[in-house]
Amino acid sequence: MWQWFHKLGSPKWFFDFATRLMPWLAWSTLVLLAVGLVWGLLFAPPDYQQGNSYRIIFIHVPVAYLAQSIYVAMAVAGAVGLVWRMKMADTFIAAIAPVGAALTFLALFTGAVWGKPTWGTWWVWDARLTSMLLLLFLYFGVMALRAAIEDREAAARSVAVLTLIGVVNIPIIKYSVDWWNTLHQPASIKLTSAPAMPPEMFLPLLVMILGFHLLVGWLALARMRNEILERERRTRWVQRWIAQQAGE
Amino acid sequence: MQFDSLAAFIAMGTHGPYVWTCYGVTALIMGLCVLAPRWRLRRILDRERRQQRRQQAAR
Repeated sequence: MWQWFHKLGSPKWFFDFATRLMPWLAWSTLVLLAVGLVWGLLFAPPDYQQGNSYRIIFIHVPVAYLAQSIYVAMAVAGAVGLVWRMKMADTFIAAIAPVGAALTFLALFTGAVWGKPTWGTWWVWDARLTSMLLLLFLYFGVMALRAAIEDREAAARSVAVLTLIGVVNIPIIKYSVDWWNTLHQPASIKLTSAPAMPPEMFLPLLVMILGFHLLVGWLALARMRNEILERERRTRWVQRWIAQQAGE
Repeated sequence: MQFDSLAAFIAMGTHGPYVWTCYGVTALIMGLCVLAPRWRLRRILDRERRQQRRQQAAR
């Protein structure tokens, strides 16, 4: 376990690991998203109340899940970076924050477009929507803070602290639909009980959730590889790797 | 299959514009997310290779 932890902290080891893993992630992402899209759009039955507009769920739920879990992952990386001074933790945060922001934006956008035919409004200032908007600003804050501080170590520390402060928002998002009266419906899928939807809708949703997770995994690795190349550009192994990439 | 024709599929009852806006914008943004690291890798490789050539010429 500790040996693995140490390897994970080595940029070169991680770079080689990512390079080997990425094609597998890419292909399984493509297969899962293709299956999920065809299943969700063509074969899943329409909702008895919402008709076909509910098909937005196959995007909305995966991106909203990931928007939150990416933030939690950033906060864990922030803690690891602060405690063990692991450089790769900051590399991860730098790489993933823009992806998290993009997914949070998509969760808000698809939610608004879904809200119009379902609730009759694009936006309400209720707890779930407002805390998701705050999440988007937290991602922007992490990106801006990193860009604003020149010294890399100081930037890494400040960003790590910000991710840890912001993580308070995550349980607020999660329980907002239970704590407050909101337009947003409570969770349809829980780990502790059977899903509140029939399997013809739930299974394609599960496929889409998995597909989006693998896609984000690919994005994280691709972006971390670039970060490593920038940070380690003066090392011999990076220079050798670049020289080997002739003809690309 | 839930739809009788391509027209019915595109119309999605009356919800076509909502559904396709969501799928379109998501495809666009996720597509850009996939392309961005590839573009950046190309820029890094170009820059570093130019530098390697310069260093070799200087030697």
